[in-house]
Amino acid sequence: MEISRHWRLKKQRYALIGEVCPHCEAKIFPPRDVCPECGDEAKTEFAFSGRGKVYSYTTVQNAPQGYADAAPYTVALVQLDEGPMVTAQLTDLGSQKVEIGMPVEMVTRRLRSEGDQERGMLVYSYKFRPAEFQRLAVAAD
Amino acid sequence: MSETHAKPRLLTPSRPVGIVGYGAYVPRYRLPAQEISRVWTGGMGGTPIQEKSVPGPDEDTATMSIEAARNALARAGDVDPAEIRAVWVGSESHPYAVKPTSTIVAEALGIVPYTQAGDWEFACKAGTEAMVAAMGFVGSGMADYALAIGMDTAQGRPGDALEYTAAAGGAAYLIGPAEEALAVIEGSLSYVTDTPDFWRRAYQKYPEHGQRFTGEPAYFKHITSAARAFFEVTGTGPQDYRFAVFHQPNTKFPTRVATSLGFSREQFETGLLVPRIGNTYSGAAIIGLSAILDVAEPGDRILMVSFGSGAGSDAFGLRVTERLPARRQRAPFTQEYIARRTEIDYATYARWRGKLVLK
Repeated sequence: MEISRHWRLKKQRYALIGEVCPHCEAKIFPPRDVCPECGDEAKTEFAFSGRGKVYSYTTVQNAPQGYADAAPYTVALVQLDEGPMVTAQLTDLGSQKVEIGMPVEMVTRRLRSEGDQERGMLVYSYKFRPAEFQRLAVAAD
Repeated sequence: MSETHAKPRLLTPSRPVGIVGYGAYVPRYRLPAQEISRVWTGGMGGTPIQEKSVPGPDEDTATMSIEAARNALARAGDVDPAEIRAVWVGSESHPYAVKPTSTIVAEALGIVPYTQAGDWEFACKAGTEAMVAAMGFVGSGMADYALAIGMDTAQGRPGDALEYTAAAGGAAYLIGPAEEALAVIEGSLSYVTDTPDFWRRAYQKYPEHGQRFTGEPAYFKHITSAARAFFEVTGTGPQDYRFAVFHQPNTKFPTRVATSLGFSREQFETGLLVPRIGNTYSGAAIIGLSAILDVAEPGDRILMVSFGSGAGSDAFGLRVTERLPARRQRAPFTQEYIARRTEIDYATYARWRGKLVLK
């Protein structure tokens, strides 16, 4: 039973809420209350933009328990624009080929069902899709 | 069953209200109607639309509502999510039978914890029902902002006529004070009767429908009655609106109802999205409205009439303000969502939508 863990992580998973260090301004994800850059306490919430680039990726054919329904799927290391690296599934790829350096954006998607496929609680989390709507990405810069 | 003697009355709050933010969402996958026809009728016969949108395997009404709501907030100026006092999601495809979609959406948008949250159900007009409630919530002065969403990942039995059109998509509307609005809501009027044209019983996977009964006594009767009563109480007619949008379960119905009410193609084609995305159920009328808001100019008036089986229609009159043209640039346009497109075949559709027997 992992319901309590999913519940604790919901803010970071649904909306990419991390932390910013009040001492050295480092952006932190996932949140850990201690700055990995300067070692001081860092508990200030920070909402990441969700924009980043693919640092590396692989395609999962033999999925771990709970993810078999989604296989094959692509997992990437995504370097967020604000600095931190996160591991996440890529989604909405269609026939698009994944490339290192490809710009991606965060979306909140269904990750899996906890336990029983039809009766378990639904786990939602961040995934990344190829950056769309370039008009908006330019405006935000 | 006699005709009523009740006089229609406009719903209009004492404090003027409007749409302060709006956002659409359409998944990127498309299933052409011809592909469904290939599987079930050997490619024979006409199809009610060109193609429908299909949600990806990791999408549902909650995730789609989150993206539409993010777009609505992006267009809403500098509204603090904590000031939004209601998150209401209208749908007939909530991911859970019991557990609100709205709390997931509220959590993802940072609207928790001091808010109302609830899921609405009225077949295809659950979203506009939530909009009317939001008008009252803001119009009474109890709240400055309320978020109303209509979103669906609709179900159609394989081989049934509805499978051609049952699609995925919708829109989110942040209702707020008229002085901040991108479009002022001049009023609404609803027309509701007990009409059994379409239903889905508890624990059933697919809906039932009354075949031809879904047309005249249901769709046409309710939309026409709501629109005519709206014209009567507001002293307006089709010539007063630059745009009109209706619930769109297929191409034929909204085209016929718009024409019979006196609207020209030029007035209704902007909001007529069903040929390219299908029937998005709770999202159908309001995603047509979002496509209109993407192009409307200040001063334009818009008529929207939804329809939900069971049955009822909500008519709304809107007037676009000078804030809209700049603000709408802040989120993807409805047509940009429609333009991104990955075609899938029936087999992929069957796997993603859980139509294969695995145990």
